[in-house]
Amino acid sequence: MIYLELFLAFLHIGAFSFGGGYAAMPLIQEQVIDKYHWMTISDFTDLVTISQMTPGPIAVNAATFVGTQIAGIPGAIMATAGVCLPSCIFVSVLAWLYVRYRNLSVMKGVLTCLRPAVTSMILAAGLMILLPALFPEGIAAGVGNFQVRQLIYFIAALLCLRRFKIGPIKVMIGCGAAELIVRLVLMAVG
Amino acid sequence: MSETSDKQELSLPVRLRKLFFSTLYLSAFTFGGGYVIVSLLKKKFVDELHWINEDEMLDLVAIAQSAPGAIAVNGAIVVGFKIAGIPGILVSVLGAVLPPFVILTIVSFFYTAFRENFAVQALLYGMKAGVSAVIIDVVFDMASGIVKGRDAILIMIMIASFIANYFLNVNVVWIILVTAGIGAMITIFRNRGEKGGTK
Repeated sequence: MIYLELFLAFLHIGAFSFGGGYAAMPLIQEQVIDKYHWMTISDFTDLVTISQMTPGPIAVNAATFVGTQIAGIPGAIMATAGVCLPSCIFVSVLAWLYVRYRNLSVMKGVLTCLRPAVTSMILAAGLMILLPALFPEGIAAGVGNFQVRQLIYFIAALLCLRRFKIGPIKVMIGCGAAELIVRLVLMAVG
Repeated sequence: MSETSDKQELSLPVRLRKLFFSTLYLSAFTFGGGYVIVSLLKKKFVDELHWINEDEMLDLVAIAQSAPGAIAVNGAIVVGFKIAGIPGILVSVLGAVLPPFVILTIVSFFYTAFRENFAVQALLYGMKAGVSAVIIDVVFDMASGIVKGRDAILIMIMIASFIANYFLNVNVVWIILVTAGIGAMITIFRNRGEKGGTK
């Protein structure tokens, strides 16, 4: 019974979180806190923090976290299956339509216009990570909170990717490792 | 070493195995939201393996965005479907979900120690810059293709959708629907023009 409830609650979250990312958060809150009381607000805050520190989408993280707490690993599997099922169905229907009809002239026109829009949305996602990294307190808070090291890492990372063709995962880990070394050196000196 | 005697390099089991390990590996590094996996998938399947071309990749991302659910999972699904159909979907979803599943199960037991760990904090701080560089690198490639095409309408769409998404916080689904509508209307008008108004 609890497995079914977990499955259905996360099916609901998966089916209605249009737009990805933070669109899922109010839905998780509605199902998990308000409706089923599986979590308190403070658990939810912890979950959001964990999600920002670990890889993976917040909806999948929430499914694993809540499922484990409520009904162990089988619960986590049921909740995760629930959150992914709508994606599988919707995306495969759309992908099938795409493969079948992409040579129609109207479909071509639609896709040609979508490409620049998609590019912009990816850029926006990149800036939403970059700017808070450079200005943790917000740009309005002035140059006092500007993170010089983040700017150096960013420029170095972009150089490695574009000029030296180093793989993206190596570059990401390299930036993290650079900061770790800097902090260790600062600790040793200070 | 696990090479079976498959003569044909792109047989289904080979593709599925490659798909699974690629999505598994890439998903373990999708820090900072789903668009990182889009960038990583593009690097892997467009630039490295050449299984998908660049325009197709942008179409697949649009599909991933139009459906409900997490963009990282949807992105893995479209790529899986494109490469190996329904079995591809199952394999790529499993690959995309396993890393967060395992990591979160472990972290939820050691949450406090994890959050306050010195090394974890330093790594996460530095990785933010790396993550945004990876995303912006892919945007450079995509945007330069569009700008070189010198189509004023497409460049306007690029600017307008950036403003709508970044500054006005319009949900991506609305941006996709409106842009798709514009694309359909432009094509219909152009076709009519070419055929001299006859249907």
